Amino acid sequence: MKGKVVKHDGGGLQRRHLLFGGAAAGLGAVAAVGLQVVNGAEKAAVQPAAQVQHGSGKVPFYGARQAGIGTAPQAHGVFVALDLHPATTRERVRSLLKLLSDDAARLTQGKAALADTEAELAVHPARLTVTFGFGPRLVHIVAPQQAPGWLKPLPDFSIDKLVPEFSGGDLLLQICSDDPVTVAHAQRMLLKDCRSFAAVKWVQSGFRRAHGTEASGTTMRNLFGQVDGTSNAVPGGEPYEKVVWGDGAIPSWTENGTSLVIRRIRMDLDTWDELDRSGREESVGRKLGNGAPLTGVQEHDEPDFKALNPHGFPVIADFSHMRRSRPDDESQRIFRRAYNYDAAPSGGSVSESGLIFASYQADVDKQFVPIQQRLDELDLLNTWTMPIGSAVFAIPPGCQPGGFVGDGLFTGS
Amino acid sequence: MSKKFIYPLLPVLVATSLALSACGTAETQGTPSSVSQDASASHGASALVVGEPWVKASKDGMTGAFGILSNTTDHDITVVGATSPAAATVELHETVPGSDGTLQMRAKDGGFVIPAKGEFVLEPGASHIMLMGLKSPLAAGDDITFELHTSDGGRLSFTAPAKDFSGANENYEGSHGTDDGHGAMDPSGEASHPASPTQSK
Ligand code: HEM
Ligand SMILES: [Cu+2]
Repeated sequence: MKGKVVKHDGGGLQRRHLLFGGAAAGLGAVAAVGLQVVNGAEKAAVQPAAQVQHGSGKVPFYGARQAGIGTAPQAHGVFVALDLHPATTRERVRSLLKLLSDDAARLTQGKAALADTEAELAVHPARLTVTFGFGPRLVHIVAPQQAPGWLKPLPDFSIDKLVPEFSGGDLLLQICSDDPVTVAHAQRMLLKDCRSFAAVKWVQSGFRRAHGTEASGTTMRNLFGQVDGTSNAVPGGEPYEKVVWGDGAIPSWTENGTSLVIRRIRMDLDTWDELDRSGREESVGRKLGNGAPLTGVQEHDEPDFKALNPHGFPVIADFSHMRRSRPDDESQRIFRRAYNYDAAPSGGSVSESGLIFASYQADVDKQFVPIQQRLDELDLLNTWTMPIGSAVFAIPPGCQPGGFVGDGLFTGS
Repeated sequence: MSKKFIYPLLPVLVATSLALSACGTAETQGTPSSVSQDASASHGASALVVGEPWVKASKDGMTGAFGILSNTTDHDITVVGATSPAAATVELHETVPGSDGTLQMRAKDGGFVIPAKGEFVLEPGASHIMLMGLKSPLAAGDDITFELHTSDGGRLSFTAPAKDFSGANENYEGSHGTDDGHGAMDPSGEASHPASPTQSK
């Protein structure tokens, strides 16, 4: 067999984009015409051709900050924690991060990784992002003097029923895309390049609504049926900047770095079923229909914690999840980017569901821990939820072409 | 042809090739090529670009290097040889069906011809650069340097990362199928890592 001879085709990708843009515009025109002559079911029947494909969506990999945090949450997310092999050296960690960053840089842009044996699976990134998090041991190996004080397991909480299978880890890969095949391929490729360096500790796969099911920007629903994420700060805005990337009062551990807490929280759907609708709404202090506070009408109405019902009790109960998780101290805020999970049930139960609760904040001890402490003390929602996994990671800044994620930790020797 | 013509052209050629290979992501590793600093470098090698290079990690023995050789000129370029500080011997190999039906690799007579404005793909199961007599283990993540030699005396050096790879197990012609061709590193356990990766010099 001879070496394959291929002509330069650097413009292939661009051409495809042009075609796609042209086709979409053309179909839009067809759909508009269609609206005038057909309706209802008929319309649905003639319209499938207007389906928009989103596989080519790309999120830049290189940048001051890592992607996958302020990125509008993709439909699918997998969180993989690895433990470095014993006696791993600083140089070997550098090699690993270089390999993984290179893989991520290519895959997120719809290109096969080097030595990618399933190159065809790489062509539809569907907004793939790969976000790297460093556990205590990795930072200790590379730059112990830079380790933030909060980079350690969370304190014990009375509600916790943690299992080691979902806790801890030296290196975290958060892989998110609107396409589950893309996630699986990226996960496989990245983990292949980890084999010489680390072992998989745990994997948590999660999902939200499929891409295109709802208008993008719609707050997600968890498997209790609740609108979950309403009061999150909006990426780009000032509160978000402060909460996630820090400010003078609560600085992040490194410029353009942040922290990630992952809690795997079981949601007991069987006992939740016993609760009627008003009880469910009371547990959080928000309506199930649109997530509005019990004192408001629209999802984003400000809750009025002082409002009383005719019996003189607060409309939003003091033990509700929203009241408890919103401390009066404005600095205690977090940015949630959770995914639902739905695992195989066991022991006669019919569901094993919950939340991969992923929380970003500049400082774990100053922002996350006080909230979790309050919820540990009192939160009606605890009746139906149970944390079973817990891990804390330092999120390093992003990198530039030629660099790799975490390279800033290697500058001092 | 006068040197006046060739030298001003070099940066242009290199810039063009970089632009071509950068249509997707910029590469963090094995960045296209570095034109040999050697003043005697001919236009032959400078117009050659190595893209997507990588090497199969290996404990010892032999292994293969892969990538895409791109010729930005309008005349064919022939790569006739290669060297690397990582291996005692480096050969240009092709893969052919052996008498027993399995794939066998062997030195490619006449070298690799990269057609004008074309590419020559080096990949597992096909043509590759063969490293024989590894001087130390190539661990995943190590950067390996190479130099390619063209028929007109040009030289092109590039760096390729080593990656764990389970394929590329072709036998070497004449090895009677017992030798493991492109050596593998047991990726699961703790591979014995060289204290310092293979040095370029
Ligand atoms: C399975 C477990 C959990 C469920 C089902 C859940 C559900 C909810 C829901 C439905 C809301 C109201 C809508 C919103 O603003 O997002 C909410 C708000 C919130 N939750 Fe949770 N949550 C869970 C665990 C946690 C944990 C572990 C924390 C932090 C330690 C937390 C912190 C918050 C915060 C800070 C808010 C916003 C409160 C505000 O309005 O300021 N939640 N959660
Ligand atoms: Cu060979």
